[in-house]
Amino acid sequence: MNDTISFKTLQTIGRFGVLLALIALIVFGWLRYDNFLGTYNVLSVLRYNSMFALVALGMCFVIITGGIDLSVGSTAALGSVVAALVSPYGAVPGLLAGVGAGFMIGACNALIITRLNILPFIATLATMLAASGCALLLAGNQSVSVSYESGFTELGQGDFLGFPIPAWMALTAYLLGSLVLNFTAFGRTVLAVGGNEDATRLMGLPAIRVKALVYLASGGLAGLAGVILAAQFGAGQPIEGVGWELFAIAAVVVGGTLLTGGVGSVGSTLAGVLLLGLIFNILNFENGLGWISLSAYWQSVIRGLFLLLVVALQARLTVRTEETA
Amino acid sequence: MAPLLRMHGIDKRFAGIPALRAAELEVEKGEVHALIGQNGAGKSTLIKILTGYYTKDSGEIVFDGKPVAFSSPQEAQKAGISTIYQEINLVPYRSVTENICLGREKRRFGFLDWRAMHAEARALLARFNVDIDVHRPLMAYPTAVQQMVAIARAIGFEAKLVIMDEPTSSLDEREVDVLFGVIRQLKEAGVSVIFVSHKLDELYAVCDRVTIMRDGRTVQVAPMAQLSRLDLVTTMLGRELTKVLSETHTSDDGADRRDPLLQVQDLAVGRKVRDVDFDVRPGEIVGLAGLLGAGRTESVRAVFGADRRDGGTIRFAGSENAIQQPLDAIRAGMGFCSEDRKLEGIIPDMSVRENLTLALMPQLARRGVVDEARSREIVDQFIKRLGIRCSGPEQRVRELSGGNQQKVLLARWLCMNPKLLILDEPTRGIDVGAKAEILSLIRELAGQGLGVLMISSELEEIVEAASRIFVLRDGRTVAELEGDAVNEQAVMAAMAHGHENKPEPAHG
Amino acid sequence: MAETVTTLPPRPTQEAPRYELKNLLTRYGSWIALALLILVNLAITPNFATWQTLNVNLTQVSAIVIVGVGMTLVIATGGIDLSVGALMAIAGALAPLIFLGKLFPLPSPAIGIALAFVLPVVATALLGWFNGWLITHLRIQPIIATLVLFIAGRGIAQVFTNGNLQVFNLPEFQFIGLGRVFGIPFQAILMAVIVIVAAWMLRRTVFGRQILAVGGNERAARLAGIPVASVKQRVYLISGALSGIAGLIVIARNSAADANLVGLGMELDAIAAVAVGGTLLTGGRATVIGTLVGALIIQLVRYTLLANGVPDAAALVAKAAIIVLAVWLQRQGQR
Repeated sequence: MNDTISFKTLQTIGRFGVLLALIALIVFGWLRYDNFLGTYNVLSVLRYNSMFALVALGMCFVIITGGIDLSVGSTAALGSVVAALVSPYGAVPGLLAGVGAGFMIGACNALIITRLNILPFIATLATMLAASGCALLLAGNQSVSVSYESGFTELGQGDFLGFPIPAWMALTAYLLGSLVLNFTAFGRTVLAVGGNEDATRLMGLPAIRVKALVYLASGGLAGLAGVILAAQFGAGQPIEGVGWELFAIAAVVVGGTLLTGGVGSVGSTLAGVLLLGLIFNILNFENGLGWISLSAYWQSVIRGLFLLLVVALQARLTVRTEETA
Repeated sequence: MAPLLRMHGIDKRFAGIPALRAAELEVEKGEVHALIGQNGAGKSTLIKILTGYYTKDSGEIVFDGKPVAFSSPQEAQKAGISTIYQEINLVPYRSVTENICLGREKRRFGFLDWRAMHAEARALLARFNVDIDVHRPLMAYPTAVQQMVAIARAIGFEAKLVIMDEPTSSLDEREVDVLFGVIRQLKEAGVSVIFVSHKLDELYAVCDRVTIMRDGRTVQVAPMAQLSRLDLVTTMLGRELTKVLSETHTSDDGADRRDPLLQVQDLAVGRKVRDVDFDVRPGEIVGLAGLLGAGRTESVRAVFGADRRDGGTIRFAGSENAIQQPLDAIRAGMGFCSEDRKLEGIIPDMSVRENLTLALMPQLARRGVVDEARSREIVDQFIKRLGIRCSGPEQRVRELSGGNQQKVLLARWLCMNPKLLILDEPTRGIDVGAKAEILSLIRELAGQGLGVLMISSELEEIVEAASRIFVLRDGRTVAELEGDAVNEQAVMAAMAHGHENKPEPAHG
Repeated sequence: MAETVTTLPPRPTQEAPRYELKNLLTRYGSWIALALLILVNLAITPNFATWQTLNVNLTQVSAIVIVGVGMTLVIATGGIDLSVGALMAIAGALAPLIFLGKLFPLPSPAIGIALAFVLPVVATALLGWFNGWLITHLRIQPIIATLVLFIAGRGIAQVFTNGNLQVFNLPEFQFIGLGRVFGIPFQAILMAVIVIVAAWMLRRTVFGRQILAVGGNERAARLAGIPVASVKQRVYLISGALSGIAGLIVIARNSAADANLVGLGMELDAIAAVAVGGTLLTGGRATVIGTLVGALIIQLVRYTLLANGVPDAAALVAKAAIIVLAVWLQRQGQR
């Protein structure tokens, strides 16, 4: 059917593009700034971006099914508030509470989307507002300090074997995610649903159940991200999380996953997260050098441009794919 | 021996309107059973009830000795009923293996055993002599192969009954033969097949018995061998058929005296069209025949400006290669009915009126504002003239039957008074009665001076309608048939042998 | 017409009564909801039936509706515009820079004010055109294409102002946000005009029909000779321009322009208004008046809660519930 360039090759190019860009950025930083690849910087970057990485992982699965989850930012905020409130009882209770809150929002999404048959965009828009409202209500419109005695903050600020705990959590999540996507029936069904949902159902696969589960997972992961937020910064913040969902979408798309669903990869999402996160890091370094004084506001501009570049390239590649298939 | 499937007394209503009235269907083990009826006769509703898509209002279904009432296709599949749909209902981005094995995965230690699944997929496909790389995504393969994959999936699920819904609509003659071979294999293995189709030739070629439905009822069940075609069609339509597809061939006098309206030479488009020539004169119906993939659709789309031309010349209305986009073609006096009216023809949520006047709009407007009165006038006129059956011009076009939708699309162009009308498979998916109406309308319009360029994969139809046929093969024009040479054998010969045996265009 | 065989007789068009009620509910559902809300408020909220209440609500809703109109048109073509809030911020940042003379010297204050109205809107219109270009020429999906400006646009506004608050006091300019005509806020009148013009355009002009055709079936529209790319570019341009106007209104109202806050969350408010109002998010069917009603419903619910002592955060939850309910009802009506 198509002889010259196969679909697979184009996909690989798209994915490796991110990896190449990431490597290029790392090399740039290493050459230009002192201590860029020093332990302190690397670990801080990883620690800070773990939250976004978790959220992006959930978003990756959701987007592969052809959906979208706009509520992850507010869910993280809610998670952070709940975790902070429960933190006096210890690290584990705080963790479970935050993740639990995330699961609840995820469950709402799952129900509204699969039972009421409302478009994911609208459904998660609504739960985003609801989660935000709940977070504000629970927190009384202000930040909620975490308890420092119970060891809860270890979750965000501590290390295990020299590596930040949040980064461990993110890494584990990604490994599991990749395993699930590639080696379980559930994972393959996720991909199938995104490719052609009606066909998946007609093939007798549990499409609805799978869709519900990805939203549940996305919520849980966002809740976990919220726990890390609270633990890392010492307070649950009901208004934090604004824009997280769009960061996650950007990371997923930059990583090569198609927004229309059906194709995607966990690893490249991680690359996308690191890529976008590094931009912030590099900006800080650049400011530190004193040659230019770029305010943090430039960060958004540059991220936007990056997204544009990647997406424009992707668009070119996918059009080519459709023509050869 | 008890039949494999027995559906008895099935009733079904939708919003108060009966779709099935005490319908019946019986299929023996190892039988290839045809299910036919016009659009709206109830056959797809019956099938959907069987496979669990809909629930019946009353009646009973006994499958393999047990009474059943499936509530989902998943359940039906587990019980041994698989369906191969007209549009390949598999997942295009996923590999062939996944499309065959998902739902019946092989595992090792809880995780998917890819090696075993790939091997099984290959083995199943080998039964039909299909040898492909099962790792590649399904969409890398042509429709015919995808259908084999669908059948392989059904076999893998140990189907006892395979329902095939219009399976040959996207296949060429060669591929249809392969499919029939597969069906015979299934039969030998004791698997029953329900074959739903409009194409009489195929039914007679491969089916044992036929169930004819009309108006939601089962009106006749008989062995194919005992039913003549005329009887079959008569029963299907419910009344005497005088002249459905056998209108006498009118020759266009004077047509070959006039200058061509459209002249295409050495056309090249993408990879499918390499060197295509054809022309159309005013008042003439020209047919483009060829196997699937011959490049007919791509050629006409390039003529209309819907796709980019890569080489060659297209002369129309005095200009050469002046058409870059559909708007140019329309302004020059062309109209185009695409192959897939759902995908590229109708705007489903818009009314009949809005769909009909879609291309005419700019002309109906004064300084950007649509003249409602004039538009209503024109719409009423065309509804009458074409006999479009709808509850009114404001009805949403998605609620119309296929045949009426096609009429709306035809009207879209006719109200623009085009010089040339390009029709790509204008009667696909339309029942016999509406087909005849449309074909006779086309003839009438040609008689009035309209040039028609028609693509049809139904040999009988194109030979009846066209006075000149160009045969395309692998992106090239391999024959031009006129007069007496316009017959099924000549067309098939040209399609098969191409250059080596180009028949001389007969004169007269 | 030659003698032909008839197909099945046409379906009977009369339907059972209960289907009519359902039909009624979905067509006028949002109006009914609005009416109910007003009635409830008349009953339980003190001082509801006053000019002041009306003005407060109209003021708070105007910007959303104006942006919502643009969003309705964009959604009608099957797209979406996430950049509206960021564009508002840009307009809101540019205007004070112009009339305060910080961007370039002004020959006279009057010209400054005139330019402060025109240039920001032109700027956002051009950015909207850029969105359209990304979508039609680079074939990027609308959600991603407008995501770019969503992320970068506010940053641009922040860079221009360095994140600083710009405070001003200029009645001639601020008329757009604070002025009244016969007691009705000017912005409400502007809103009404925009709504009426847009609704009329969508129904009665060729362009409007083209918008709906593109959203209904883009491929068919193209084959019918509709200049799809041009249509899309124009709607995104319009959306951009309207966002600019909304941005000006907001800063005029607040006598201050904070690039960090202007238009924050506006894209979601606009989309919510559009959805609640009955426009299909997949495109092809749209109602501008519906968006107005949708915005009013959301606004009224919020007002009802606030006026009766419910914390603002709870209003968010209520807003969420309304959106889900409204969209669900819409879907029921489509069956």
